[in-house]
Amino acid sequence: MSTATLQHAPALRDSFIELTARERARALLDEGTFRELLGPFDRIESPWLPLQGIVCQADDGAVIARGTIDGQPAVIAAIESAFQGGSIGEVSGSKIAAALELALRDCERGKIVRPVVLFETGGVRLQEANLGLAVIAEMQAAIVALRRYVPVVGVIAGMVGCFGGMSLAAGLCSYLIATKQGRLGMNGPEVIEQEAGIEELDSSDRRRVWQMIGGEQRVATGLADALVDDDAHAVRDAIRDVFARGVPEAPRTEQVSAYLARLARTDPADVTPETMRDVFNANEAAAPRREQA
Amino acid sequence: MSGTAETRGMRWFKALTGDTSTDAPVWSGEASLGGETASFFSVVPDPDNRFPRARDNVVGLEQGWKLAQAVRAAMEQDASSQRKRPIVAIVDVKSQAYGYREETLGIHLACAAAVDAYASARDAGHPVVALIVGPAMSGAFLAHGYQANRIVALDAPGTMVHAMGKEAAARVTRRTVEDLDKLGETITPMSYTLASFAKLGLLDTLIEGVDADAPTQAQIERVRGVLAEAVQGARSDTTRGLSRRLESETAKKTRAASIEVRRRLAEQWDAAS
Repeated sequence: MSTATLQHAPALRDSFIELTARERARALLDEGTFRELLGPFDRIESPWLPLQGIVCQADDGAVIARGTIDGQPAVIAAIESAFQGGSIGEVSGSKIAAALELALRDCERGKIVRPVVLFETGGVRLQEANLGLAVIAEMQAAIVALRRYVPVVGVIAGMVGCFGGMSLAAGLCSYLIATKQGRLGMNGPEVIEQEAGIEELDSSDRRRVWQMIGGEQRVATGLADALVDDDAHAVRDAIRDVFARGVPEAPRTEQVSAYLARLARTDPADVTPETMRDVFNANEAAAPRREQA
Repeated sequence: MSGTAETRGMRWFKALTGDTSTDAPVWSGEASLGGETASFFSVVPDPDNRFPRARDNVVGLEQGWKLAQAVRAAMEQDASSQRKRPIVAIVDVKSQAYGYREETLGIHLACAAAVDAYASARDAGHPVVALIVGPAMSGAFLAHGYQANRIVALDAPGTMVHAMGKEAAARVTRRTVEDLDKLGETITPMSYTLASFAKLGLLDTLIEGVDADAPTQAQIERVRGVLAEAVQGARSDTTRGLSRRLESETAKKTRAASIEVRRRLAEQWDAAS
């Protein structure tokens, strides 16, 4: 197959969702710049899964890749949902935290590294419980410190989505890019049904779930920044676009009084995706103001 | 929250701080600690909360954003001074709030805002200390306590750290609660006990011999002493991040993989030239 035919073919969509974590990272970096760090041949595996009779994966489900984005040094941390549902264990989480910490170190020395996290995770890997939680806290610390120097960009493409403690990490990102298939929430629908009852949420009602936490709703309400098609080029372009915007003046998690005001304007007896769109106006959120604590 | 029983979060806030300057669900106040003024924060039950799934000592939408507001207000007080006040998170949080409204309105962001506030306080030079007096569970602990420079805990029944409540974890992993407890004895990160949490290098001091529900004045003073010591320790740290958690002798054993990942990733970070 010649590249010429590829380039001149009608604009076929290259599904991003169908790509593995490694292929996703490669697709987002400038062509020919992908270089994996701590790859499968380094064989740093979970020390805890074998103790519980679970087969390890040589990269523990996290791919760290360096390269460039728009010619600028970058690092991508991509979570592989095909291994243990993208859950965060000691090794996979440490890989992501360490990548962010090294990007921070470089930024502190005046060498900007663009960080991108591809979230595809249910959160903590329950077999590594407290260490999963601990590494997520470490990742969060790194994101907060790093995003003062450079935008930290998160992508939620689907199909797993982004849940648990990792949804907080996503919330801390400077910019979030989502597809319609990507879902962002703290507690998965099944967990809510289990903890609060089916009258609170019927997790089998997929339409309701998607309207509640799907990418389209998250972007419409300002909890994510860009909605893209399931297309590798679209994701790539959206990433370049938000890096070009630079460090936001006030990331969402610093807009405390604005969000408290939105909550105050919300009637708890009438919370629906539609009423939320009225109150959490995306345009308003898109123009952040520096606010006093 | 049924009845009027005082939670540990309330009891220890009163013991260490006195009166709160903010209403439930987030109490905040100032008190002397080791000869300086410190700010204390606790998440307490709020039986009349507008969000019915967040009336217990859980972290919900208002809890997350109000923690962020309160911590940032304390930071603001020291904005122009070199010396930053200690910030103490009194941790007694059963879980995050589970509900349709919570997810719809972005509880993940509310909790992230609290994470951000504590992390930013630490980065700004505030010594941040978490005092675990009850459950420190999952996302609720991430939001309230896990960004601290130092984590200390009462060695008492009912104090625990985990990624998921025991009953829920048993259901999800199809094990019995007894099986889970047994598993925790051999697989350290699976355990709910503070002793195991300490083995992971994450706990700085386990405070023994304190009645968590009805402490004597002497016991309260002892806890205050541990907090003041933790503040001093945090002030002497050379870095403001969380890297210290990997430096203890226990961490070198139980978190060898975390350390190895960092070492080898650093080696490979820059392309060989």
